[in-house]
Amino acid sequence: MRFMLLFSRQGKLRLQKWYLATSDKERKKMVRELMQVVLARKPKMCSFLEWRDLKVVYKRYASLYFCCAIEGQDNELITLELIHRYVELLDKYFGSVCELDIIFNFEKAYFILDEFLMGGDVQDTSKKSVLKAIEQADLLQEVRVRDKGALNRSFFFFPGVFPFFKTHTHTQSLCC
Amino acid sequence: MYLAGEAWSPNQWITRQFLVLRMPAPIRLRELIRTIRTARTQAEEREMIQKECAAIRSSFREEDNTYRCRNVAKLLYMHMLGYPAHFGQLECLKLIASQKFTDKRIGYLGAMLLLDERQDVHLLMTNCIKNDLNHSTQYVQGLALCTLGCMGSSEMCRDLAGEVEKLLKTSNSYLRKKAALCAVHVIRKVPELMEMFLPATKNLLNEKNHGVLHTSVVLLTEMCERSPDMLAHFRKLVPQLVRILKNLIMSGYSPEHDVSGISDPFLQVRILRLLRILGRNDDDSSEAMNDILAQVATNTETSKNVGNAILYETVLTIMDIKSESGLRVLAINILGRFLLNNDKNIRYVALTSLLKTVQTDHNAVQRHRSTIVDCLKDLDVSIKRRAMELSFALVNGNNIRGMMKELLYFLDSCEPEFKADCASGIFLAAEKYAPSKRWHIDTIMRVLTTAGSYVRDDAVPNLIQLITNSVEMHAYTVQRLYKAILGDYSQQPLVQVAAWCIGEYGDLLVSGQCEEEEPIQVTEDEVLDILESVLISNMSTSVTRGYALTAIMKLSTRFTCTVNRIKKVVSIYGSSIDVELQQRAVEYNALFKKYDHMRSALLERMPVMEKVTTNGPTEIVQTNGETDPTPLETKPPPSGPQPTSQANDLLDLLGGNDITPVIPTAPTSKPASAGGELLDLLGDINLTGIPSITAYSKNGLKIEFTFERSNTNPSVTVITIQASNSTELDMTDFVFQAAVPKTFQLQLLSPSSSIVPAFNTGTITQVIKVLNPQKQQLRMRIKLTYNHKGSAMQDLAEVNNFPPQSWQ
Repeated sequence: MRFMLLFSRQGKLRLQKWYLATSDKERKKMVRELMQVVLARKPKMCSFLEWRDLKVVYKRYASLYFCCAIEGQDNELITLELIHRYVELLDKYFGSVCELDIIFNFEKAYFILDEFLMGGDVQDTSKKSVLKAIEQADLLQEVRVRDKGALNRSFFFFPGVFPFFKTHTHTQSLCC
Repeated sequence: MYLAGEAWSPNQWITRQFLVLRMPAPIRLRELIRTIRTARTQAEEREMIQKECAAIRSSFREEDNTYRCRNVAKLLYMHMLGYPAHFGQLECLKLIASQKFTDKRIGYLGAMLLLDERQDVHLLMTNCIKNDLNHSTQYVQGLALCTLGCMGSSEMCRDLAGEVEKLLKTSNSYLRKKAALCAVHVIRKVPELMEMFLPATKNLLNEKNHGVLHTSVVLLTEMCERSPDMLAHFRKLVPQLVRILKNLIMSGYSPEHDVSGISDPFLQVRILRLLRILGRNDDDSSEAMNDILAQVATNTETSKNVGNAILYETVLTIMDIKSESGLRVLAINILGRFLLNNDKNIRYVALTSLLKTVQTDHNAVQRHRSTIVDCLKDLDVSIKRRAMELSFALVNGNNIRGMMKELLYFLDSCEPEFKADCASGIFLAAEKYAPSKRWHIDTIMRVLTTAGSYVRDDAVPNLIQLITNSVEMHAYTVQRLYKAILGDYSQQPLVQVAAWCIGEYGDLLVSGQCEEEEPIQVTEDEVLDILESVLISNMSTSVTRGYALTAIMKLSTRFTCTVNRIKKVVSIYGSSIDVELQQRAVEYNALFKKYDHMRSALLERMPVMEKVTTNGPTEIVQTNGETDPTPLETKPPPSGPQPTSQANDLLDLLGGNDITPVIPTAPTSKPASAGGELLDLLGDINLTGIPSITAYSKNGLKIEFTFERSNTNPSVTVITIQASNSTELDMTDFVFQAAVPKTFQLQLLSPSSSIVPAFNTGTITQVIKVLNPQKQQLRMRIKLTYNHKGSAMQDLAEVNNFPPQSWQ
């Protein structure tokens, strides 16, 4: 696989994963072009099309288009299954995933994708295994102590000065 | 305020802390996303983004470790929206170097999104990645492997290949599977490093873990595709791969890897692909996998896409290896069943695969012809195109009538983007397999009337030539064409062909001689009416007008009552704004006035045109600017309205010297004594004095050239070739082709036969006419193809021993 794109029906990019070194400018151009082509397709058409020298496999799930560009010898039908597997993983992780989940948690969508695919190929064919790895990695995320007030700070300890504001500790699994 | 490097006094610390405390914390990622989404216009969004970018920039300047992660995450979001984020690149590196897992996660993500190997910055990652590859936490190692495996540059790969190789040998399957895919990337970037991973591949397939198995198969595939040595080395794995595949199919339900009742389809497909590569061109391997392929092909559940994905890969493998014919037929039948599937994706994939196999397994594909033809009516454009290409590939002498009916219907109803290709395809197929002349003409008519404006420009002269060759159909053809343009003369190719025919055969039209159908009653005036309408019409192009005017002129010798009218029309156009028309009209006028005694001879009925096969490549040579003669291919006559240029050239003979390569010759139905008739046509020929040469003598095939020069046209040399065969078996399907340097022109006439009989009992004779206006030294490259002793032979040779009298 050369790259994978997720975009909405309005042409807003939600995720882009490139498995081939390309410049930012070139990427933007390709994304714009491909989005145009895919969004112009009618519902009755098949999920495969030829674009430049690649084969493009796309599938629409609710308001999101999942689009993969594969090479000549790759199997289009199994790529459809691959897309479906990714959607299943997202679904399991977020609990009935929708586009908003991917918008607000795009970094997690990337983390899941990077646990499922590497260099364009499947790393693990077991759904359970991928989800478990993500779960474990999430647990490693550092816990941040957070106060309820307007000031979000971690503590600076230095001689002579004690932290003089009360904190209500509230753990949050991600710093973001 | 910031005193870098100096120790701060407690007061300074406190002051700093107050300042820092008073500054607001950078807003959280989700907060930013929410805010940006409230923007109602692009300008509003840009403003918010710029404000936030400024805040992030100053935060970066402060070297704030705490919120770096959050800021970079926000930057990545804004980057996805299309805004520049390059100032965050170094920050990603700092995050990667951090000890915190959260930082590393975002840092590596940022690196993959913002950095690419064009920037030198990315090399700074190498050390961090190296450290992380040896980290105590496997998830950190995983991050490093993933980043390296997705975007590692060649330098990075070179530096870190050793670490990857180490991890490939670990017993930790989580890391092993990632290391395998990382190795794939390393090999893609630095192929020379492939050798280094060879030892580690030893036990990869013994793994039970499906993740490791899958990625190992990918790694092995990559290695085999890149190196024939590796391929040979890994062939011994075929039995093991077959066993793994068998287990997957035979084993019971395994919930972890199950997809719609099929066990690990991803792994099955990858194994099938590797088997394809291993079995290609190797009989033993192909045999070893025969059974399993048959098993997969027959046992896989086809109700869902996943099963069909496996079948598809199986078919591709069967077709590519040295499989026995039974298996190949099985594969094609699977594709045939795919064609009937409701799922259009499956139909698409079937058509694509059939297109690849139609050359090699033609008969098997023929059996599915009717299904393929049905796909012409599909709604999907890609499917229709493939069905069309496949249909043309399947047309033959037996099915031409039925297929043409379908294809003509398709031409009628298909999208405009197909019409040109479809029309060309129909013309080609009709030319090859037409069951009768009448059918051929009818088919051409049908195409011209349904898709007349989409027909390619070069089709017009081809069609005209076809029509002239069907002598007995002239009356029928001109009648049909006349009727076709009566109603509508907007389709230019149709009008051009019609105008030309009316010009040539107008006398047949008005005399009502048609045998094939009811002859129509039409007067000379009515014919001239339609031609004049074409001339006047705004829809007619300049080329079409040219055709019409010339046609009107030609009718002056075929019509009896309307010559004055013709004279008047021709004189009017003598002052036409269109330069081309003006020139023609002026010259035709001259014919009426000064050269009236030559008019009937000049405008005589056109003789049947020989199919010219030589001019294409020499013209290509000219446009490429090459000086070497290029080998020939039999091609239809070149583009450009030949018939009208013929008319012009006839006129030019009065003054100019534009010599066309098309010299009227005897028709193809008289093959044998071609040489003799030429002598007649060209008047007195100088027979004496030029020695013949042996142009080619090899493997029992000898070709002799004899020469004749024309007294009336000294630039023409006529070469008669004689091919003889001294071996004990006949040479069949003999084809002689020749090419000459670009200053020459060449015409090849039909050979006497295509069989060179054995033991020199007979010869094939063929005539070549060479035009050498610049009197250059004659050189020729010849290509010979024939079948001999059951195999196809082909040879290229240069002929350089032409006697000087043949060209000087």
